[in-house]
Amino acid sequence: MLASALDDDDDVGKTLVLLRDGRKLMGTLRSFDQFANAVLEGACERVIVGEQYCDIPLGLYVIRGENVVLIGDLDTEREELPPHMIRVSETEIKRAQKVERELRGTMRKRMEFLDFD
Amino acid sequence: MLFFSYFKDLVGQEVTVELKNDLAIRGTLHSVDQYLNIKLENTRVVDQDKYPHMLSVRNCFIRGSVVRYVQLPPDGVDLSVRNCFIRGSVVRYVQLPPDGVDVDLLHDAARREARGG
Repeated sequence: MLASALDDDDDVGKTLVLLRDGRKLMGTLRSFDQFANAVLEGACERVIVGEQYCDIPLGLYVIRGENVVLIGDLDTEREELPPHMIRVSETEIKRAQKVERELRGTMRKRMEFLDFD
Repeated sequence: MLFFSYFKDLVGQEVTVELKNDLAIRGTLHSVDQYLNIKLENTRVVDQDKYPHMLSVRNCFIRGSVVRYVQLPPDGVDLSVRNCFIRGSVVRYVQLPPDGVDVDLLHDAARREARGG
Protein backbone atom coordinates (compact mmCIF):
# COMPACT_ATOMS: atom_id res chain seq x y z
CA MET A 1 0.00 0.00 0.00
CA LEU A 2 2.94 2.29 0.57
CA ALA A 3 4.19 1.44 -2.93
CA SER A 4 2.82 4.66 -4.42
CA ALA A 5 4.78 6.62 -1.83
CA LEU A 6 8.01 5.27 -3.29
CA ASP A 7 6.99 6.07 -6.87
CA ASP A 8 6.69 9.84 -6.64
CA ASP A 9 10.16 11.26 -6.73
CA ASP A 10 8.78 14.51 -8.15
CA ASP A 11 11.24 17.27 -7.34
CA VAL A 12 12.69 15.35 -4.39
CA GLY A 13 9.31 14.87 -2.68
CA LYS A 14 10.19 14.89 0.99
CA THR A 15 8.48 12.74 3.56
CA LEU A 16 7.47 13.52 7.13
CA VAL A 17 7.55 10.71 9.67
CA LEU A 18 5.88 11.22 13.04
CA LEU A 19 7.12 9.01 15.84
CA ARG A 20 5.32 7.88 18.96
CA ASP A 21 7.66 9.92 21.16
CA GLY A 22 6.49 13.08 19.39
CA ARG A 23 9.55 13.50 17.20
CA LYS A 24 9.16 14.75 13.67
CA LEU A 25 11.62 13.37 11.14
CA MET A 26 11.88 14.54 7.55
CA GLY A 27 13.79 13.15 4.61
CA THR A 28 13.55 11.08 1.46
CA LEU A 29 11.67 7.82 1.97
CA ARG A 30 13.82 5.14 0.42
CA SER A 31 12.26 1.97 1.74
CA PHE A 32 9.52 0.55 3.94
CA ASP A 33 7.80 -2.74 4.72
CA GLN A 34 4.50 -4.10 6.02
CA PHE A 35 5.42 -3.16 9.59
CA ALA A 36 6.09 0.45 8.56
CA ASN A 37 9.82 -0.01 9.16
CA ALA A 38 11.31 2.74 7.01
CA VAL A 39 14.54 4.05 5.61
CA LEU A 40 14.89 7.84 5.49
CA GLU A 41 17.77 9.31 3.55
CA GLY A 42 19.09 12.75 4.40
CA ALA A 43 16.91 12.74 7.47
CA CYS A 44 16.61 15.64 9.87
CA GLU A 45 14.58 16.19 13.00
CA ARG A 46 12.37 19.27 12.99
CA VAL A 47 12.19 20.47 16.56
CA ILE A 48 9.37 22.93 17.23
CA VAL A 49 9.05 24.90 20.47
CA GLY A 50 6.30 27.49 20.37
CA GLU A 51 6.93 29.72 17.37
CA GLN A 52 10.57 28.63 16.99
CA TYR A 53 11.87 25.69 14.99
CA CYS A 54 15.15 24.09 13.97
CA ASP A 55 16.09 21.27 11.61
CA ILE A 56 18.79 19.03 13.07
CA PRO A 57 20.51 16.85 10.45
CA LEU A 58 20.63 13.12 11.18
CA GLY A 59 21.79 11.40 8.00
CA LEU A 60 20.62 7.93 6.96
CA TYR A 61 18.02 6.49 9.34
CA VAL A 62 16.43 3.08 9.66
CA ILE A 63 13.25 3.45 11.68
CA ARG A 64 11.60 0.51 13.43
CA GLY A 65 7.93 0.43 12.44
CA GLU A 66 6.52 0.09 15.96
CA ASN A 67 7.64 3.66 16.65
CA VAL A 68 5.92 5.09 13.59
CA VAL A 69 2.66 7.03 13.94
CA LEU A 70 2.30 8.56 10.52
CA ILE A 71 4.18 8.87 7.22
CA GLY A 72 3.14 11.91 5.20
CA ASP A 73 4.01 13.41 1.83
CA LEU A 74 5.22 16.97 2.17
CA ASP A 75 3.67 18.86 -0.72
CA THR A 76 6.49 20.88 -2.29
CA GLU A 77 4.01 23.44 -3.62
CA ARG A 78 2.90 24.42 -0.15
CA GLU A 79 4.53 26.08 2.83
CA GLU A 80 5.87 23.45 5.19
CA LEU A 81 5.26 25.69 8.18
CA PRO A 82 3.11 28.74 8.93
CA PRO A 83 4.95 31.94 7.88
CA HIS A 84 5.07 33.40 11.40
CA MET A 85 7.42 30.67 12.64
CA ILE A 86 11.05 31.59 13.26
CA ARG A 87 13.99 29.40 12.36
CA VAL A 88 16.64 29.33 15.10
CA SER A 89 19.94 27.58 15.73
CA GLU A 90 20.34 24.16 17.30
CA THR A 91 21.68 25.64 20.54
CA GLU A 92 18.78 28.06 20.71
CA ILE A 93 16.11 25.38 20.20
CA LYS A 94 17.74 23.05 22.74
CA ARG A 95 17.61 25.91 25.23
CA ALA A 96 13.93 26.50 24.45
CA GLN A 97 13.22 22.77 24.84
CA LYS A 98 14.87 22.80 28.27
CA VAL A 99 12.76 25.77 29.37
CA GLU A 100 9.57 24.11 28.18
CA ARG A 101 10.49 20.84 29.88
CA GLU A 102 11.08 22.65 33.16
CA LEU A 103 7.86 24.60 32.80
CA ARG A 104 5.93 21.39 32.23
CA GLY A 105 7.72 19.96 35.26
CA THR A 106 6.68 22.77 37.59
CA MET A 107 3.10 22.74 36.25
CA ARG A 108 2.92 19.02 37.00
CA LYS A 109 4.22 19.62 40.54
CA ARG A 110 1.52 22.23 41.10
CA MET A 111 -1.15 19.81 39.88
CA GLU A 112 0.02 16.90 42.02
CA PHE A 113 -2.28 17.76 44.92
CA LEU A 114 -5.21 17.05 42.57
CA ASP A 115 -4.28 13.35 42.58
CA PHE A 116 -4.55 12.92 38.82
CA ASP A 117 -3.08 9.75 37.44
CA MET B 1 -10.93 -9.62 8.27
CA LEU B 2 -14.34 -8.17 9.11
CA PHE B 3 -13.18 -4.60 9.70
CA PHE B 4 -10.70 -4.81 6.85
CA SER B 5 -13.64 -5.60 4.54
CA TYR B 6 -15.69 -2.84 6.12
CA PHE B 7 -12.99 -0.22 5.54
CA LYS B 8 -12.46 -1.44 1.99
CA ASP B 9 -16.11 -0.62 1.33
CA LEU B 10 -15.54 2.86 2.76
CA VAL B 11 -12.76 3.76 0.31
CA GLY B 12 -13.55 7.11 -1.27
CA GLN B 13 -15.42 8.43 1.76
CA GLU B 14 -14.36 11.41 3.86
CA VAL B 15 -13.25 10.26 7.28
CA THR B 16 -11.57 11.78 10.31
CA VAL B 17 -8.94 9.57 11.89
CA GLU B 18 -8.15 10.34 15.51
CA LEU B 19 -4.81 8.97 16.66
CA LYS B 20 -3.76 7.85 20.12
CA ASN B 21 -1.51 10.93 20.35
CA ASP B 22 -4.69 13.06 19.99
CA LEU B 23 -3.84 14.22 16.47
CA ALA B 24 -6.98 14.17 14.31
CA ILE B 25 -6.71 14.12 10.51
CA ARG B 26 -9.54 14.52 8.05
CA GLY B 27 -9.19 13.14 4.55
CA THR B 28 -10.45 10.84 1.86
CA LEU B 29 -9.92 7.17 2.57
CA HIS B 30 -7.60 5.99 -0.18
CA SER B 31 -6.78 2.49 1.00
CA VAL B 32 -6.55 0.15 3.94
CA ASP B 33 -4.63 -3.08 4.54
CA GLN B 34 -4.87 -6.18 6.70
CA TYR B 35 -3.26 -4.36 9.66
CA LEU B 36 -5.89 -1.62 9.28
CA ASN B 37 -3.09 0.75 8.29
CA ILE B 38 -4.85 3.66 6.60
CA LYS B 39 -3.85 5.82 3.71
CA LEU B 40 -5.60 9.18 3.45
CA GLU B 41 -5.59 11.69 0.61
CA ASN B 42 -6.29 15.39 0.54
CA THR B 43 -5.69 15.59 4.27
CA ARG B 44 -6.14 18.49 6.64
CA VAL B 45 -5.40 18.41 10.33
CA VAL B 46 -8.38 19.23 12.58
CA ASP B 47 -6.51 21.53 14.96
CA GLN B 48 -4.05 23.02 12.45
CA ASP B 49 -2.54 25.62 14.80
CA LYS B 50 -1.48 22.97 17.27
CA TYR B 51 0.33 20.92 14.61
CA PRO B 52 2.20 23.39 12.36
CA HIS B 53 4.49 20.66 11.01
CA MET B 54 1.50 19.04 9.31
CA LEU B 55 0.67 22.13 7.24
CA SER B 56 1.94 20.87 3.90
CA VAL B 57 0.99 17.22 4.34
CA ARG B 58 -1.72 16.31 1.85
CA ASN B 59 -1.39 12.53 1.68
CA CYS B 60 -0.35 10.26 4.49
CA PHE B 61 0.00 6.71 5.66
CA ILE B 62 -1.21 6.02 9.20
CA ARG B 63 -0.05 2.94 11.06
CA GLY B 64 -3.09 0.95 12.18
CA SER B 65 -1.75 0.45 15.69
CA VAL B 66 -1.86 4.18 16.47
CA VAL B 67 -5.49 4.76 15.49
CA ARG B 68 -7.95 5.54 18.28
CA TYR B 69 -11.06 6.32 16.22
CA VAL B 70 -12.17 6.47 12.64
CA GLN B 71 -15.00 9.01 12.49
CA LEU B 72 -17.39 8.67 9.60
CA PRO B 73 -19.73 11.35 8.24
CA PRO B 74 -23.11 10.80 9.98
CA ASP B 75 -24.94 10.16 6.72
CA GLY B 76 -22.00 8.55 5.00
CA VAL B 77 -22.83 5.06 6.12
CA ASP B 78 -25.93 3.05 5.32
CA LEU B 79 -27.07 2.05 8.78
CA SER B 80 -29.97 -0.05 7.62
CA VAL B 81 -28.99 -3.59 8.44
CA ARG B 82 -28.81 -5.86 5.45
CA ASN B 83 -26.47 -8.50 6.75
CA CYS B 84 -25.61 -9.24 10.32
CA PHE B 85 -23.77 -11.66 12.50
CA ILE B 86 -25.63 -13.21 15.46
CA ARG B 87 -23.86 -15.15 18.14
CA GLY B 88 -25.29 -18.67 18.30
CA SER B 89 -25.53 -18.76 22.08
CA VAL B 90 -28.14 -15.95 22.15
CA VAL B 91 -30.59 -17.52 19.73
CA ARG B 92 -33.94 -18.64 21.18
CA TYR B 93 -35.80 -19.63 18.02
CA VAL B 94 -35.12 -19.80 14.31
CA GLN B 95 -38.49 -19.52 12.57
CA LEU B 96 -38.57 -21.30 9.24
CA PRO B 97 -41.03 -20.88 6.37
CA PRO B 98 -43.91 -23.39 6.74
CA ASP B 99 -42.68 -25.58 3.91
CA GLY B 100 -39.05 -25.06 4.83
CA VAL B 101 -38.66 -28.49 6.35
CA ASP B 102 -39.96 -31.91 5.41
CA VAL B 103 -41.23 -32.69 8.89
CA ASP B 104 -41.82 -36.39 8.26
CA LEU B 105 -38.31 -36.88 6.93
CA LEU B 106 -36.94 -35.01 9.92
CA HIS B 107 -39.00 -37.10 12.32
CA ASP B 108 -37.68 -40.35 10.77
CA ALA B 109 -34.10 -39.08 10.84
CA ALA B 110 -34.43 -38.03 14.47
CA ARG B 111 -35.85 -41.46 15.42
CA ARG B 112 -32.96 -43.17 13.67
CA GLU B 113 -30.38 -40.96 15.32
CA ALA B 114 -31.95 -41.46 18.75
CA ARG B 115 -31.64 -45.19 18.24
CA GLY B 116 -27.92 -44.65 17.67
CA GLY B 117 -28.02 -45.33 13.92
